[in-house]
Amino acid sequence: MTGLQSTRSRRGYNFAYLDEHTKRMIRRSILKAVAVPGYQVPFASREMPLPFGWGTGGIQVTASVIGPDDILKVIDQGSDDTTNAVSIRAFFAKTTNVTTTEKTTEATVIQTRHRIPETPLQPGQIIVYQVPIPEPLRWLEPREAETRKMHALEEYGTMHVRLYEDIAKYGRISTSYDYPVIVNGRYLMRPSPIPKFDNPKMNNNPALQLFGAGREKRIYAVPPYTDVKSLDFEDHPFEIQQWDEDCALCGAEDTFLDEIVTDDRGGRMYVCSDSDYCGERCAARTAPASEAAE
Amino acid sequence: MYVAVKGGEKAIASAHKLLAEERRGDTQVPELTVEQIKGQISLAVDRVMTEGSVYDRDLAALAIKQASGDLVEAIFLLRAYRNTLPRLATSEPIDTGAMTVRRRISSTYKDLPGGQLLGPTFDYTHRLLDFDLGDGENVPAPADTAPADDESPVPRVADVLNGEGLIERETIAEGDPDGTDVTREPMTFPAGRDVRLQNLARGDEGFLLALGYSTQRGYGRNHPFAGEIRMGDVAVEIMPEELGFAVEIGEISLTECEMVNQFTGTEAAPPQFTRGYGIAFGGSERKAMAMALVDRALRAAELGEDADAPAQDEEFVLYHSDNVEAQGFVQHLKLPHYVDFQSELELVRKLRAAHAGAQTAAAE
Amino acid sequence: MSRREQGPLLRVSSLTKNYGSIAGCRNISLDIWPGEVLGIVGESGSGKTTLLNCISARLEPTMGSVEFMTRTDGMVDLYKMSEASRRFLMRTDWGFVHQSPRDGLRMGVSAGGNIGERLMAVGDRHYGDIRKSACDWLEKVEFDLGRIDHMPTTFSGGMQQRLQIARNLVNGPRLIFMDEPTGGLDVSVQARLLDLLRALVSELKLSVVIVTHDLAVARLLAHRLMVMRRGEVVETGLTDQVLDDPQHPYSQLLVSSVLQP
Repeated sequence: MTGLQSTRSRRGYNFAYLDEHTKRMIRRSILKAVAVPGYQVPFASREMPLPFGWGTGGIQVTASVIGPDDILKVIDQGSDDTTNAVSIRAFFAKTTNVTTTEKTTEATVIQTRHRIPETPLQPGQIIVYQVPIPEPLRWLEPREAETRKMHALEEYGTMHVRLYEDIAKYGRISTSYDYPVIVNGRYLMRPSPIPKFDNPKMNNNPALQLFGAGREKRIYAVPPYTDVKSLDFEDHPFEIQQWDEDCALCGAEDTFLDEIVTDDRGGRMYVCSDSDYCGERCAARTAPASEAAE
Repeated sequence: MYVAVKGGEKAIASAHKLLAEERRGDTQVPELTVEQIKGQISLAVDRVMTEGSVYDRDLAALAIKQASGDLVEAIFLLRAYRNTLPRLATSEPIDTGAMTVRRRISSTYKDLPGGQLLGPTFDYTHRLLDFDLGDGENVPAPADTAPADDESPVPRVADVLNGEGLIERETIAEGDPDGTDVTREPMTFPAGRDVRLQNLARGDEGFLLALGYSTQRGYGRNHPFAGEIRMGDVAVEIMPEELGFAVEIGEISLTECEMVNQFTGTEAAPPQFTRGYGIAFGGSERKAMAMALVDRALRAAELGEDADAPAQDEEFVLYHSDNVEAQGFVQHLKLPHYVDFQSELELVRKLRAAHAGAQTAAAE
Repeated sequence: MSRREQGPLLRVSSLTKNYGSIAGCRNISLDIWPGEVLGIVGESGSGKTTLLNCISARLEPTMGSVEFMTRTDGMVDLYKMSEASRRFLMRTDWGFVHQSPRDGLRMGVSAGGNIGERLMAVGDRHYGDIRKSACDWLEKVEFDLGRIDHMPTTFSGGMQQRLQIARNLVNGPRLIFMDEPTGGLDVSVQARLLDLLRALVSELKLSVVIVTHDLAVARLLAHRLMVMRRGEVVETGLTDQVLDDPQHPYSQLLVSSVLQP
C-alpha cells in the first residue's frame, strides 16, 4: 500500500499528467475518430484532478496530443481569462511546461469551451472542444443501445421532427447553440455547446477538430477540410445570429457579441466574446496613429 | 469606458488561500491529525475507500482532512490519485468464506454453523445523543466477546443453501476470464454482471440506498432476505508469474452481503432462490446491503422478470451511480455559460417581438 | 393480371411462439393477399395479440417463418432480414395501429409533427411540403386543420386514434397491422372511426391484419376471419360465413354470446 510520503510532492507525474499507456489508448481512439468523421468512439476516460463536466474530455485529448514544442491556448466562452480557462491552462503549464499563449495565431493547440475563435484557424492547428453531452439524439432517445443503433442505421428522421416542431411553434428553428450537424454526409454530431453562430466555421476548416467528452467517455473528430452541414429544411435554411450593434470596444460588425449589463436600469453594451480577437483589433487601432481610420 | 473583466488567475489563487484558512478553522484548537481521522472517523474512511476504489486508510483519511470532511470531494481526490498509480499485479479472487469475521448475521436462519455474531454495530443502539462523549477523554470498557474459536469454520449461508440445490449456482465462466475493468474500459450495454458489480461497488451510497429502498416499496419488488452479512478481514493474494504459486500481500477489511431472493422459476430453471451481491471496504454495511438489492434488481431481465422499475433499468442505474461524475456535472453549472445564454437571450427577444407584433396585428 | 396471380403479400408458415412452457400461439399458417382485410378474433388470452406481434416483426417466434413480398427482393423471411432492412420496412411499407394511442403516437410532438415523422424519416426535407401532406392527411381523417400544431394530449381518444391512423398512412404503406384499434372508445366514436377505416382501406387498397375481440368490428372491416382459442386457430373462413354459420363449437359460442346485430 502506498504511504503518505509519495503523495506529498507533485513530482513523479508524467508529462501532461496522463501515463503514456493511457495516452496511447486515447490516441488510438482519436485516430479512429478521425478515420470515421463524426462517429463517437467510446474511450476509457480517466478520472482527472479536475471535475467531470469541467473539461476532462478536452483535457485528456489535449494531454494525449500535446508535445513539449506545442504552444497552448485555452479559452472558455471565447475568453482566455475566464476562471476555468485559467485553471486548465495552469494545469498544463504545471504538468507540461509548454508555452501558453492568448493569441489564436500563435497557438498550435487550442482547447475551447463553447466558442470557436473569430480568427480563422490555420492548417496544422488542432482545436480541442470540451463536450458535456456528445449524443445528438439523447433528448429524443435516452437509451445508449438505441441511439447507437440509430447512428448505425442512419435513422436521423426524428432529429428533423424536432426542427419541424420549432418552426411550427415559433416560425423558426429555435435551437441557438449546440446546433446539430451532419459530418461528411454521414454522422449526426453535436458540435458541443458553441453558438450556432460558430457552426459555419466548422465546415471545411483547415484545422483538425477534436471533441472530448470525459464523463460520457466519448471522443469524436472532424478532420481538416471536412464537410460539416447544419441541419435545416430546404425552405427554412440554417441561419446564424445577428446583432443590431457592433462591438463597443473594437467596432467589429461580424463577431459573436457578449451582452454586458452596465447598470440596473436596462443599460447594456455589446463586446466581442473572443477577447483575443477584440484585443488585437483595439491594439491595431490605437498603436499606429497613421493608420487610425477614425 | 468598459474594460472586460480580468484577473481570473488572481481570484483563483485567493480563493484557494481562503479555502485553506476555512479548512484549518480556529488555530487555537489543535489541528486534526490523519491518525485521528483514521482511528476515530473510521466509517467515513471506509466509505471514501470504497467509492474511491483504493484500499488505503492513510490516503482516505488525508483526503477527508483535505476535503474538510466533504466525503464526495474526498472520494474525488482519491480517485484522481488512484488514476496515476501503476498497476503491479491483479490479485487472486478473495475468499470471503475464509474471512476472520468480526460480525456475521443471517436473517434466514436462527442458528447456523459458525453462529450469529453481532460485532460492532449501530443496530439496537438507542439513538440518544451521548453527552458524555462530548466531554472528551473516553475510554470504553472492554467488550465481553465469546471466546474466539479459530477451529470452527464459518461457512457462507449461500453455500449452505447451495448444498441442497435451493439457490442458483454461481458458475465461473468458461476459461475463468478476468472481469472487465471499468476504470480501464468504457461501459457498453448490455453490461455484464462483472461490469455492473464493479460499477455498483464504486457507486454512490446514497443513490444505491434510495434505489434499493425503491425496490422494497414496490418499484421492482424482488422479495429479498438478508441471507448473510459478514464483516471482517480477508487475505489478499497475488500470483507472481515467476513463482507459480500465490503469496499473501496483506489483509483488507470487508463487508459482504448476500441477499437471498425468491424466484418462481421458468421453463428451463426450477424454482429456487436467486442472489443479489454486495461488497464494500471496511464496515460500509448499509452500502453493501443496498448494492445487493440493486444487483438483484438489475438481474430482472436475465431472470425473465418484468423490468420496468428504475432500479431494474441498467442504463439508468449504471450511468448515474458514480458520484464523482455526477457531482462534477451538476456543479459545472457554475461555470460561465454567457455564450449559450446570449444565444437564448437573442432568441427570446426575437420571439417576444414576434409575439408582440402578432398581438398588435390582432388588436387592429 | 389478377391479385391472386401476384401471390400473397405476407405468408406465415407453421408459426409457434412459446412463453416458457406456455404456448402463446401454436402452429399457425396464413396468407394475406393484396387488398385483403384479415380479422383475428377470440377472447383475451387466446393468443391473437401474440400472433399479431410475431407476424409484424415485433416478437420473434419460437418456430416457423413469416415472409413478406418486398418491392425489390420478392418474398423475404422477416426474421432473416438485417435489422436495418426490417426497420426500414416498418417505417415505409408497413404501419401499426396500437390500441392505445400512447403507444403509437409521440405524445410530446404536435399532430403535424406526428404525421410528418415518417416523411422526414425517409428523407423529406421541405418544411412546406411536409406540412402540406400533414394537412391533407388531417383532412382525410376528418380533423380540424386549426389543430395541426396542437399536442396529442389535448385530443379526445377518437381524435388520437384518427391521428395515429394518419401517421401510419402518410407514406403509402401496403400493409397495416391493427391491435384493437377501437378498443378504448365510446360506441358512437367507434362507429365513426370504423366508417373512416373502411373507407380508407378500400380507397387505398390496403392489406390489413386486424386483431379484435369485438365481432361487430370484425364484421364491418374484415373480408376473412380467423377464430383463435388457446393459441390455436379453430376456424377460418369468409367473414359472413363464419359469423352467420359458425362451424366450430367455440365459434358458435362466441357468436351467440356476443353478436346481436
